[in-house]
Amino acid sequence: MGISFVRVYKANCNRLFLDNMDNENLVKDVVKEPYKYGFVTDIETEKIAKGLNESIIRLISQKKEEPKFLLDFRLKAFKKWKKMDEPDWAGLGYKKIDYQNIIYYSAPKQKEKISSLNEVDPKLLETFDKLGIPLTEQKKLTNVAVDAVFDSVSIATTFREELAGHGVIFCSISEAVKNHPDLIEKYLGTVVPASDNYFAALNSAVFSDGSFVYIPKGVTCPMDLSSYFRINSGDSGQFERTLIIAEESSSVSYLEGCTAPMFDTNTLHAAVVELIALDDASIKYSTVQNWYAGDEEGVGGIFNFVTKRGKCLGKRSKISWSQVETGSAITWKYPSCLLLGEESVGEFYSVALTNNLQQADTGTKMIHIGPKTKSTIVSKGISAGNSINSYRGLVKMGTKAAGSRNYSQCDSMLIGDQASANTFPYIKSKQPNSEIEHEASTCRISEDQLFYLQSRGIEFEEAVSMMVSGFCRDVFNQLPMEFAAEADKLLALKLEGSVG
Amino acid sequence: MKESDPLLEVENLFASTNNLPILKGVSLTVYPGEIHAIMGRNGCGKSTFSKIIAGHPSYNITNGEIKFLGENINSSEPEERAQSGIFLGFQYPIEIPGVSNLEFLRVSTNARRKFLNKEELDTFDFEELVKEKLELVKMDHAFLSRSVNQGFSGGEKKRNEILQMALLEPKIAILDETDSGLDIDALRIVASGIKKISNGQTGIILITHYQRLLDEIEPNYVHVMADGQIIKTGGSDLALELEKKGYEWTDNFLKETN
Repeated sequence: MGISFVRVYKANCNRLFLDNMDNENLVKDVVKEPYKYGFVTDIETEKIAKGLNESIIRLISQKKEEPKFLLDFRLKAFKKWKKMDEPDWAGLGYKKIDYQNIIYYSAPKQKEKISSLNEVDPKLLETFDKLGIPLTEQKKLTNVAVDAVFDSVSIATTFREELAGHGVIFCSISEAVKNHPDLIEKYLGTVVPASDNYFAALNSAVFSDGSFVYIPKGVTCPMDLSSYFRINSGDSGQFERTLIIAEESSSVSYLEGCTAPMFDTNTLHAAVVELIALDDASIKYSTVQNWYAGDEEGVGGIFNFVTKRGKCLGKRSKISWSQVETGSAITWKYPSCLLLGEESVGEFYSVALTNNLQQADTGTKMIHIGPKTKSTIVSKGISAGNSINSYRGLVKMGTKAAGSRNYSQCDSMLIGDQASANTFPYIKSKQPNSEIEHEASTCRISEDQLFYLQSRGIEFEEAVSMMVSGFCRDVFNQLPMEFAAEADKLLALKLEGSVG
Repeated sequence: MKESDPLLEVENLFASTNNLPILKGVSLTVYPGEIHAIMGRNGCGKSTFSKIIAGHPSYNITNGEIKFLGENINSSEPEERAQSGIFLGFQYPIEIPGVSNLEFLRVSTNARRKFLNKEELDTFDFEELVKEKLELVKMDHAFLSRSVNQGFSGGEKKRNEILQMALLEPKIAILDETDSGLDIDALRIVASGIKKISNGQTGIILITHYQRLLDEIEPNYVHVMADGQIIKTGGSDLALELEKKGYEWTDNFLKETN
């Protein structure tokens, strides 16, 4: 039984009307690139029955051989979730999710205990190879440690021994529960409490796997850490949970990538990420999200409801989020910072690109609690096709946040005349001695700009992608170098077919 | 000079935008090494003429044809025209935020080189080439790391246009009011740059209001345009006459012919 790749090529002849260009002036029709990560890995999986109830949660916890405190955490979250309503304030339009029709645990069948990578099913290794994330000793990326998550479980984590030599713990959260239960019990749910919101409560009840990072005091993590999330199964949700703890004076850069096969059904992805930075610690968290977005008719695609939050507990601590959101049918995501420590710093750099019928509602919350805290928000939204792209952000200055500052810049770019862009900035200040600055702009790629580039011999598509990259430059500059190049290529690929 | 084939042949060209006729029968032929000046008051169709040659999508050719190197290019894309050797120096060069000038120049130069079956240049080789060309227009290296034309002064934008011309080595260059916004020194630098680049081979169309550019680059022909037509063609002395008598003179001329 080999691995089978299901590829769907769809010709898409979209037409773009730039500014007031009329029909006569439309430039070209082009064939859209297929989603190149849309294959399915044919592998035997262990799935539990569909549906969600207390016994399912007990079953998940039992499968993972969890300690009692974690089962209690899950059950408490489930109780809360049952009393909550799915939020609708983002005004997203989608078919109601049937939570009883989802499989909450799906794992590729493997040997009971895997002691080394050589025992990982070659099909899984091949899958990650194909996604550009080689895991084997010979081929693994040399400058970055990877935790590969396939559906509900972590498959492998590279460079563990090397990292352990520096005292850095990098493993799946399931392993962390077994090997470092004290850290899990101390920190899990302290940044995003189970009752925080509907999707966080759901995740807290059913989360299956994810990554765990612990950077000890004074250590600068010797390499970038990354998790790669792969949804393979069509009918199971993915509920991963990530916890990163940076002790005093430590620092780490963490990258996250995601892809999924093309199914004509919607798959729910509800993750929770918690970051904790103590005195003088710094965490940089970068995401390139490329879940399957559905086709041009809006069929299929991932529903991405994610809660990401960082707590700057320590003095002068810093948490920086950067994200490039290009995939998913629906994105509902607000990576945030709680700035408690004096002089702590929160940053949010975001590029969100939507095309066809995608909907993105994304932004951040910067909650200034401690004095002299500082936050920066740079958001770039690009909407093409019939998509809706919204920035939603909250900047809050608490009563003790004297001398705190925020700067926000939210720019939108519209491509075509059917796409929409919204900006919803919420500002609340209880501290007169604080500064909040907000700038916003909306632009279109102008016909004159395109003509200028074309009149220098640059092809139409390349001209558009140069301008889009230019528009995103401030954010790309914040990404780790290799990620930035990838993000650039990804945007160009995503836009093919939307212009022309 | 006319032993070789013409570069550009514009024959009885009519064009409109939003159903408004702008060009009303323009004919013009340019041979290699020739310098043509087109003069005329604002709104006479000079800039439109240059944009149509370069392929701007806002204008429709309703009659007549444009031939470049003997081939009809009426419906060619702007990038095809540029790659094959047509260059338009913009009256108002466009700002492109976030796109580095160096990268823009490199991608553009490589597009032309690819057309010419020349090897495309990587960042390092291109830096060498661009350094050499910067000399021609006396531009500082620092311009390369800025966004395309963003925050450039009027004069800097014009020099950046000539830098592009130097890199692309076009067969024909249409320079739309390249002299406007330049002080005397900058004008001399730009004019000498143009002369060096063309090296007596490039066909040049200078669109201008003023004699001072033509003092630096002496044209073989001067065309006076009014109401979408070339109403008078002469030698370089025609420009001097125009300078003396003003455009009212051409208005009268237009009345007479109509």
